[in-house]
Amino acid sequence: MAAGKIEKYKSDGSIGGNALEWVDARFPATSLWKEHLSEYYAPKNFNFWYFFGSLALLVLVIQIVTGIFLVMHYKPDAALNANGVPVAFASVEYIMRDVPGGWLIRYMHSTGASAFFIVVYLHMFRGLLYGSYRKPRELTWLFGVGIFLVLMGEAFFGYLLPWGQMSFWGAQVIVNLFSAIPVIGNDLSILIRGDFVVGDATLNRFFSFHVIAFPLILLGLVAAHILALHETGSNNPDGIEIKGNKDENGIPRDGIPFHPYYTVKDIVGVVVFLMVFSAIMFFAPEGGGYFLETPNFYPADPLKTPPHIAPVWYFTPYYSILRAMVWNFFGLDAKFWGVVAMGAAVVIFAFLPWLDRSPVKSIRYRGPIYKTMLTIFVICFFILGYLGTLSPSPMGELVSQVCTVFYFGFFLGMPWWSRMDKFKPVPERLTMK
Amino acid sequence: MKKFLITLLFAPIMAFASAGNVHLDKWPGSVGDKAALQNGAKLFVNYCLNCHGASYMRYKTLTELGLTEQQVKDNLMFTSDKIGGLMAVAARSDEQKLWFGATPPDLTIVARARGEAGNAGAGADWLYTYLRSFYRDPNRPTGWNNVVFENVGMPNPLWQMQGQQVLSPESHKLAMAVPGELSPADFDKAVSDLVGFMVWMGEPQQEFRRTLGWFVLAFLAVLFVLAYALKKNYWKDIH
Repeated sequence: MAAGKIEKYKSDGSIGGNALEWVDARFPATSLWKEHLSEYYAPKNFNFWYFFGSLALLVLVIQIVTGIFLVMHYKPDAALNANGVPVAFASVEYIMRDVPGGWLIRYMHSTGASAFFIVVYLHMFRGLLYGSYRKPRELTWLFGVGIFLVLMGEAFFGYLLPWGQMSFWGAQVIVNLFSAIPVIGNDLSILIRGDFVVGDATLNRFFSFHVIAFPLILLGLVAAHILALHETGSNNPDGIEIKGNKDENGIPRDGIPFHPYYTVKDIVGVVVFLMVFSAIMFFAPEGGGYFLETPNFYPADPLKTPPHIAPVWYFTPYYSILRAMVWNFFGLDAKFWGVVAMGAAVVIFAFLPWLDRSPVKSIRYRGPIYKTMLTIFVICFFILGYLGTLSPSPMGELVSQVCTVFYFGFFLGMPWWSRMDKFKPVPERLTMK
Repeated sequence: MKKFLITLLFAPIMAFASAGNVHLDKWPGSVGDKAALQNGAKLFVNYCLNCHGASYMRYKTLTELGLTEQQVKDNLMFTSDKIGGLMAVAARSDEQKLWFGATPPDLTIVARARGEAGNAGAGADWLYTYLRSFYRDPNRPTGWNNVVFENVGMPNPLWQMQGQQVLSPESHKLAMAVPGELSPADFDKAVSDLVGFMVWMGEPQQEFRRTLGWFVLAFLAVLFVLAYALKKNYWKDIH
């Protein structure tokens, strides 16, 4: 019976067929290849901004592969060794010094963490530029927001593992934030830490989340993100649906097969990215003290609070929004509202497909209002990010409050201002610029 | 009064925080100078390793400074005879806490830890300035104080070489009261070598890392030319 099923897949009636036919009779290898690469038709006018999706995938692979090797020598143990140093901290230095090539693997992983956020932020900005989140790509966008959230968790858990001063105190500050939630806050923060203070239990569960739980969720979401994208087809810098104009074979006239066209193009992007990546990794692995914060070269000391606790750069815009909330509303602590604002600032991206009411997708055919709003939003994002690296100050607080208002105003006002703009007519076919 | 007490309580932290405001002299050395690094290693094991550990560092790694294992064993190993062993401190940390008020920190990566956001190399400048900024202070239990790290628990380990400085209460400048064995210029050179060793020890493979970086970038440059040509060729019919 089973043999009969296989027989009907044979192409020429011969008994064996070739190896690929043997596989195809049992697994959709060729059809998957065609559906997602050689017969996935992508718009032919992708520009610079379209490199960052495949680069994010590349960085994900770098992080997973280097992570596998790091785990071979890293020890999530907060106990002190014979020299009075926490085992976890000493194991990182052991990797840096005594494991052959260990320094390279570790720098790839630490630089990769920052690179991941740079690439993802640019990838998200591309979505804002060309309206990639608009109908029919809402689910692609939602999976993407999910990836962003999980990535932040992944980075946060990973940052504790070196068990340096900033690892420890950063985790202490962030986990304490949850205690600001009314009623359940205190128990929740104890549940997260597994202890009353950040300690060995915290380190071990963060290790578990970082190397197992979150990577699994991340991979699942990435697969869903790509599957959803390939269902609708990619957007493009013109924001036109290429599926609206197909030839007699049902192939979009403005589409080209992803493979080989975009595979060879993305290889160029990958090489340029690797040059930038290598320049940082080999010549400035600390990223000027922003990728590897210098206080993290001291082992975690629960008795010595650093004078200034700053999160890693990719969290600083949201950290600023957290610090901007200084008012006790409705009898609830300002800290609680800070947490709410910080969470909302991330989650609000998910609502973009329904907040944007403009008749066109791409910034190319939008008017001055969108361009102004997007520019202000990006400037505010950078200012918030910069302020988040500094110690709190009255001036910084005021500026971060203004920027927070603009940040949320961009989203919450969008249903109105996105409609009021002056729009240019959208062409029928893609433009090659 | 309450405010005064709070100030007192946080004085060590504030001293730590205000350390950034002191002008730091630029460390004049480089990690490429093997002779200077060897001299720095000698100074380090003689003057630092008694109280501070370098416990992520193996003695064997010192051979990368151009020394043989026998030379390391004969000249740089006082507390251990295992060449593969870590450069641990002999003193007990609980006793040290009694003597100095705090356990002296491990120095393996202190040069990296003392860097700043935006200036990762500032750690070397900090060490270079700190080690030359001790002065006599009868109010301190050790008899020593430091301009860069106010009320530091550490006495001046290099005083025989440097001599004894005093801080002028009017000008807030350091002046040499009792000259040491070395001239000020020779002492600066010795401290520079010592700092160089600590910068090198923070990441012993750093020179190799930079060398390898050039090879990787050169490889990627060639790959870029090929990848770009490939892309051009595939895309020549797309308009």
